Amino acid sequence: MITTDICIVGAGPVGLFAVFEAGLLKMRCHLIDVLPQVGGQLSEIYPQKPIYDIPGYPEINAQELVTRLMEQIKPFHPGFTLGERVETVDRQDDGSLIVKTNGQTAVSCQVLVIAGGLGCFEPRKPDIDRLIEFEGKGVAYMVKDPETFRNRQVVLAGGGDSALDWAIYLANIAARVTLIHRGNTFRGTPDTAEKVFELAKAGDIDLILQSNVTGLDGRENLEVVSVQGQQQALTLLPADHFIPLFGLSPKLGPIANWGLNMDKSAIEVNTTDFSTNVARIYAIGDINTYPGKLKLILCGFHEAALMAQGAFKYVYPDQKLSFKYTTVYGVPEF
Amino acid sequence: MIKITVENRNGEIAALEIPCNLNLSLMEVLKAADYDILATCGGIALCATCHVKVLKGAETLTPAGDQELDMLEMLPDAGPLSRLSCQLRINEEMDGMVFRIANQD
Repeated sequence: MITTDICIVGAGPVGLFAVFEAGLLKMRCHLIDVLPQVGGQLSEIYPQKPIYDIPGYPEINAQELVTRLMEQIKPFHPGFTLGERVETVDRQDDGSLIVKTNGQTAVSCQVLVIAGGLGCFEPRKPDIDRLIEFEGKGVAYMVKDPETFRNRQVVLAGGGDSALDWAIYLANIAARVTLIHRGNTFRGTPDTAEKVFELAKAGDIDLILQSNVTGLDGRENLEVVSVQGQQQALTLLPADHFIPLFGLSPKLGPIANWGLNMDKSAIEVNTTDFSTNVARIYAIGDINTYPGKLKLILCGFHEAALMAQGAFKYVYPDQKLSFKYTTVYGVPEF
Repeated sequence: MIKITVENRNGEIAALEIPCNLNLSLMEVLKAADYDILATCGGIALCATCHVKVLKGAETLTPAGDQELDMLEMLPDAGPLSRLSCQLRINEEMDGMVFRIANQD
């Protein structure tokens, strides 16, 4: 078990800067992020994009800002758990919290700060009858262990790179691979698309274009996938597995079940200290909402500063907080 | 000012008057008009929660760029009329167009 003062969910710019603001008040932090690297959207989505509204930087590229933030928080030696998703929060008798991830990491903390940005990216689920019912009984949204599909009949749907890649990979493993795509061309890498057409021509996979999966059937487990062509009638394909590959969509994930007041996928906060309706849980950055909310990195930084002032009373219940300027006292490393 | 027609997810139809000189995207206009659009990603063609179908006037729109096409390709319910409203800048050419807000995936 990791023990810290503040556990921060989300290692994007706002989560990182929260370490600095907490550090000034001598509070230690541990960050958890579902992505394998720090920086959140900045590193994952637009590392080379310039940002123009960071005070003091007329222009800074996103990855550079992350690097600078990491340098800025170094004196406070934050801990990191990357590539894991926070699942549960349990309250202890003394009010403190234990945060657990899907990777068996447990963090004991006085305060939990959600700096989750867009949320975590989860598979997009097509609107197909009985899809949810067959999850884990033939329906999967990603290929974790290709061996699961050895000598099985697999139906894939989608037209992106992952649909193409898995069709090629599974062609040698599965008894039969069928790829169903809405269009008649692919936007994926040209080489990969060509390979899929070659495999189809050689009879190594079945390619069904301009068609959609419209239904699933089976008793206990998935047995049949129904496919509707744009012109043709319905085709019923025998299938042990159906893997819709329609990319990832940002979702709130398990945070939605923590009893926090929400307004459309955003966490409602009190702007005095960016606390939520649940004691010791704060939300800062793009994931929160309040009257006048602006989704700016700049605003997230401000929210982090006020959050730290509010969180202090839980970490040091016996001390009185006195505000100190870094110009006067410097950065009190620990 | 231009006028467009918007059909929401319940099939209700309303007309919107929009100024052209504010450099707004259709997503921003729809949000401002209180349509139920999450726009989680804030307008960078990443979440597709602002997916609309262009029922009238599609041919006058600037064609979708690579990022938008990649995203539309991924949407299970996208079709030839689909666009991401965050990628559509309001301009005078859009006068009289009709949009339907697509279902949330």
